[in-house]
Amino acid sequence: MAMAALRREGRRFAGSLTAPQPMSAIRSAIVSEEQVPLGVRSISTQIVRNRMKSVRNIQKITKAMKMVAASKLRAIQTRAENSRGLWQPFTALLGDTPGVEVKKNVIVTISSDKGLCGGINSTSVKISRAIHKLTSGPEKEVKYVILGEKAKAQLMRDSKKDIELCITELQKNPLNYTQVAVLADDILKNVEFDALRIVFNKFQSVVAFLPTMSTVLSPEVVEREAEAGGTLGALDSYEIEGGETKGEILQNLAEFQFSCVMFNAVLENACSEQGARMSAMDSSSRNAGDMLDRLTIFYNRTRQASITTELIEIISGASALEG
Amino acid sequence: MFRQASRLLSRSIAQPQHTKTKVAARAFSTDVPATPTEDSPFSQSWKKVIPTIEPPKTPSSYMKPRPATASTIPTKLTVNFVLPYASQLAEKEVDMIIVPATTGQMGVLPGHVPTIAELKPGVMSVHEGNDVSKYFVSSGFAFIHANSVADVIAVEAVPVDHLDSNLVQKGLADFTQKLGSASTDLEKAEAQIGVDVYSAMNSALTG
Repeated sequence: MAMAALRREGRRFAGSLTAPQPMSAIRSAIVSEEQVPLGVRSISTQIVRNRMKSVRNIQKITKAMKMVAASKLRAIQTRAENSRGLWQPFTALLGDTPGVEVKKNVIVTISSDKGLCGGINSTSVKISRAIHKLTSGPEKEVKYVILGEKAKAQLMRDSKKDIELCITELQKNPLNYTQVAVLADDILKNVEFDALRIVFNKFQSVVAFLPTMSTVLSPEVVEREAEAGGTLGALDSYEIEGGETKGEILQNLAEFQFSCVMFNAVLENACSEQGARMSAMDSSSRNAGDMLDRLTIFYNRTRQASITTELIEIISGASALEG
Repeated sequence: MFRQASRLLSRSIAQPQHTKTKVAARAFSTDVPATPTEDSPFSQSWKKVIPTIEPPKTPSSYMKPRPATASTIPTKLTVNFVLPYASQLAEKEVDMIIVPATTGQMGVLPGHVPTIAELKPGVMSVHEGNDVSKYFVSSGFAFIHANSVADVIAVEAVPVDHLDSNLVQKGLADFTQKLGSASTDLEKAEAQIGVDVYSAMNSALTG
């Protein structure tokens, strides 16, 4: 709602500026004599006053959005921090394998549904594109799975054919594990993969977000890598309890790992989004304040100038009568 | 060592246990690899292909490196017990934990063989000196590493004394009825899961 109001305000603001003359001419237009009807001698301050009102309204909205983002951030930050323990056991067991060579790569790009949150969405899109470039090659297949409206809009433009699945409106309800598990299940059912690469912004502080890539391997690849040695070589030394076969357990493990990693990733990204929105709105309120100051000075100067002119006219008129 | 383990287990828990009396077929010092802080081949190849963008971070760069396997078996077991919304135990040093693996209750002492175990609904108990804290876990996984670190990941867990026996009885009756009236395979499976979880809770309360 706030965003719609902001857009409306912006339109009005732009409309009032562009209607009489092009945007670039506005500064001269304010003082130009052609603006005022013939016979009126005072300089019109109407345009400046309108503009000041617009800027003040925009500032109000951005301030409110900052407050909203701040309160949302507080709620989600604790949840994100609490979920950080969840992926660590998996990384300890299966290792971190960003450089693994597989045939079918699927890049899961996590972004937000709403804009006005700084550069976090373009960062994850940029990183996803780079991973696409890095992992693509002959006989290799790279696909995208997109979470969130914003990355979808950006990736639709140039890699429409590679997009396998788009999921939006994730954050309508507060995020919980069940919801993310259902979503992860959806992805696992509909997408064939050898390695999933989850791209998200990890929350570090309100102003710092680290673009991160987590890798989840399919059970077949885990088994292959474990046999081949390397980073996963130690997995062979583990006894496996339960399940009929080793493959079955590894399948369950990989799916559980994906849901856990995803859960943390969406929370971190949502947290980064709120943080980024907070700082973006903070700086835009500050900019609006600066602009308002400049406009106020300009307005007062013009007003003073017109008063001075009028005074001079009166005085010189009076002195002409006297003399 | 495992001879002692089974004795310790049977002494501390009265109920019959599926104790692990495994003969150490392989060397005990199978190292859990100290996770590399950076997968350097990855960032190298990244820099070759995309020189303009910094390589993204990977999870291992956020993780505290796990301790290497000591040559002697430590006296305490380090336990990490995590849930999606909280870390119940973080690097806590305890004497023993018992986890409800799908193959039966499994006692874990320091120096246990590296194991990956799937969990079923049941009671996980953490023994620390004379204190025993019991949690009811719904499902999940337990990893036991060679360096006497055990990771337990559960989807949901509550202390056993937080369970309400009346509600458990009611839920059990509900799901038993549902299982009887289920027509499709999906409904049947859902009801079966409900019955399994509730009967596990019931036995956790009574047993």
